[in-house]
Amino acid sequence: MAHAHHDHADHGHDDHAHGPDKGIMRWIKTTNHKDLGTLYLFFSFTMFFIGGLMSLVIRAELFHPGLQFVDPELFNQMTTMHALVMIFGGVMPGFVGLANWMVPMMIGCSDLALPRVNNWGFWLLPFAFTMLISTLFLPGGAPAGGWTMYPPLVLQTGDAFPLLIFAVHLMGISSITGAINVVVTILNMRAPGMSLLKMPLFVWTWLITAYLLIAVMPVLAGAVTMLLTDKYFHTSFFSAAGGGDPVMFQHIFWFFGHPEVYIMILPAFGIVSTIIPTFARKTLFGYDSMVYATASIAFLSFIVWAHHMFTVGMPLAAELFFMFATMLIAVPTGVKVCNWMATMWRGSMTFETPMLFAIAFVFLFTIGGFSGVMLALTPVDFQYQDTYFVVAHFHYVLVPGAVFSIIAAVYYWIPKWTGRMYSESAGKWHFWLSAIFINLTFFPQHFAGLAGMQRRVPDYAVQFTDMNVLSTVGAFGFFLAQFIFIFNMLGSCYGWFGRQRNLPDRVWEGAKGFEWIVPSPAPYHTFEDQYPLPDAELSVHHDAKH
Amino acid sequence: MANHAAAPAHSDNPRYFVPAPSAWPFMLTIALVAIVYGFGAFLEERAIPTQPLIIGGFVLAISVIYLWFRGIARESEGGMYSAQVDRTYRWGMSWFIFSEVMFFAAFFGALFYARELSLPWLAGIGAKESTNVFLWPGFENVWPSNGPAALGGSFKTIPAFDVPLVNTIILLTSGVTITMAHHALKEGKRTACILWMWATVALGAGFLFFQAEEYIHAYTELNLTLGSGIYGSTFFMLTGFHGMHVTLGTIMLAVITMRLMKGHFKPDSHFGFEGVAWYWHFVDVVWLGLFIVVYWL
Repeated sequence: MAHAHHDHADHGHDDHAHGPDKGIMRWIKTTNHKDLGTLYLFFSFTMFFIGGLMSLVIRAELFHPGLQFVDPELFNQMTTMHALVMIFGGVMPGFVGLANWMVPMMIGCSDLALPRVNNWGFWLLPFAFTMLISTLFLPGGAPAGGWTMYPPLVLQTGDAFPLLIFAVHLMGISSITGAINVVVTILNMRAPGMSLLKMPLFVWTWLITAYLLIAVMPVLAGAVTMLLTDKYFHTSFFSAAGGGDPVMFQHIFWFFGHPEVYIMILPAFGIVSTIIPTFARKTLFGYDSMVYATASIAFLSFIVWAHHMFTVGMPLAAELFFMFATMLIAVPTGVKVCNWMATMWRGSMTFETPMLFAIAFVFLFTIGGFSGVMLALTPVDFQYQDTYFVVAHFHYVLVPGAVFSIIAAVYYWIPKWTGRMYSESAGKWHFWLSAIFINLTFFPQHFAGLAGMQRRVPDYAVQFTDMNVLSTVGAFGFFLAQFIFIFNMLGSCYGWFGRQRNLPDRVWEGAKGFEWIVPSPAPYHTFEDQYPLPDAELSVHHDAKH
Repeated sequence: MANHAAAPAHSDNPRYFVPAPSAWPFMLTIALVAIVYGFGAFLEERAIPTQPLIIGGFVLAISVIYLWFRGIARESEGGMYSAQVDRTYRWGMSWFIFSEVMFFAAFFGALFYARELSLPWLAGIGAKESTNVFLWPGFENVWPSNGPAALGGSFKTIPAFDVPLVNTIILLTSGVTITMAHHALKEGKRTACILWMWATVALGAGFLFFQAEEYIHAYTELNLTLGSGIYGSTFFMLTGFHGMHVTLGTIMLAVITMRLMKGHFKPDSHFGFEGVAWYWHFVDVVWLGLFIVVYWL
């Protein structure tokens, strides 16, 4: 604790400004990881809101069979744009925002390694998404061939097509620069004495996530570049007439796409592995196995991509290989789930809002994991392909999975960021409404899918009506419940509802680590002079060393 | 030169260098968005002025990149970078080159997929016999191929052991000259270093000249174009992206050489030089892959 208030002292002699600049230029020019983390998070939640509105258009149309509100073209634009906005605009920037705020504060360094590049990586995103969303108003409308952009269908997109491709390029630059920044920061800027296997698990999962991003975002860039040249420059990568193959796009896309799935869940694993020990008041069970499991998942993510394409007509050997490799992922994932349960076992548990979301994550993500094992089985996948069962599966891992973890992380750290506690009762309302409505939204979709309801179609057979009514009610309820969260969090940001800055350094008494030995709110600059993490603050104790 | 000799190799400030707020990244974003929005509108022949967007975007981008890197050079020469910052640049450049490797991997992957899977399948190999019988009867799998519809008409290819071999020798030689320049810099022989660097730049420019000649030859005499089916697609995209990287690398080499002439870098601290050298070696290795699997095999 001797170092706790170190950052208040001796500010005078450095060569750069210590307080933020004033007005809009602060945000445009900032090189501060906390500012950029805030920008990323505000951007992410703006995109969640826009993508959420798109999902409500989809759910409203599907409330009843027949066509009520939108024509099929607009419906397909909504499904496509909903996915692009949520994946590249919501979940990924949400995690990058958390990494911006927390990675330097967890490893005890002053900023990300390349602060100006960090600024660039953020500001690409609002422009890329303005460009992408503006295509809704162009002749031919927004992209409507699905976020997977399969040719030849996607090549029929109108004026929006090149903007789709270039928006993906810009998002890719943003992801790669952000990921390089995180990797370099973790490898080069840890506090003295913090060896790799003493890092908080959120840092570990982000290190591996960043590696995945650097490995696969360029592959996506290559794939969409081939689409661009196929459409405008006479190449025939994806045209059988010229000796190419439309299925080749699917292989290249999913070589990106499957690691991308883990890019959207590994940081969530890190968040849950941070929150559960705090509120169980126990050290994380199986720290080393968590690290190895994360690395195993990352490795396996490169050799399972064709399980997205079982029905496309692959050789039998490929079907078998991708089936078995996919099932193997259940092993490290199961290790993680068991570790979280073992951490809670006989812990002194309390159920503050972040803990509720973290526990819901473990339970609901596992449901998504189980349906994933079902989908991995080639013979049954022939039945599930392109049905609502698939929609239910990936929404279980993405919404009560990735999104719940982002929400949990914001609840967990917002007292540290703003110095003001959120309202616990509003948080509990938000949690229970979210947990109930998200299951109401997606659980019935399993049954609709198993009964044969197709995804990406605005109309359906009358027999699926009941399940769709439930699903739509759930979606609107979930969307509305998020306003509780938004106002609760903005209340802490801006000091609404009479909230005062009166929090101790260690906001949660069970929390450990660098971020809990600096004041709340965290000063604009932290850890400019690095020092070792006190032993009592380590998130792991290796038995061999005691 | 002399006024730099006394300065320490790295900053003694134990604090990590966090740059002051900067408008360059935001401006670079504006420039990129102007370029791609203009280019996208141009491709779809939309009724908006595309040329000002594209040209203005490029002018802004080049200006910003120049100013940004000039600032970095000043910070570096001003002794603001510690050994830790130096390691940041090393890690950062390594991971950036890894991302470039993966970008090329997508196009190499497309080439392998076409040759090993899609063309044999179109010719009816294995379980895909009906594809051949009903869709493309009579198509045989021979490489080079422009597919069963013979897109772009018949074409000839560029033999490997001709100009491409010369270009291979040029790039391998440039790998030697840049290493000689590095050794000269480390031994404090600045004039020798600069001469070896200009030799490297000249070799890069020579490579680009021959590559341009080859493209003109392909388009005007061999009927080999981007539209020549999967062969033309993979040939021009792989060699084209490589050529762009050589162009960028040559510009980077020239910038480093001019910085050397201004007295920048020290025998024991010159990561700007080394980063460009790494990039140049990366471009070299990609070329070897191209020479073997695109031109030769």
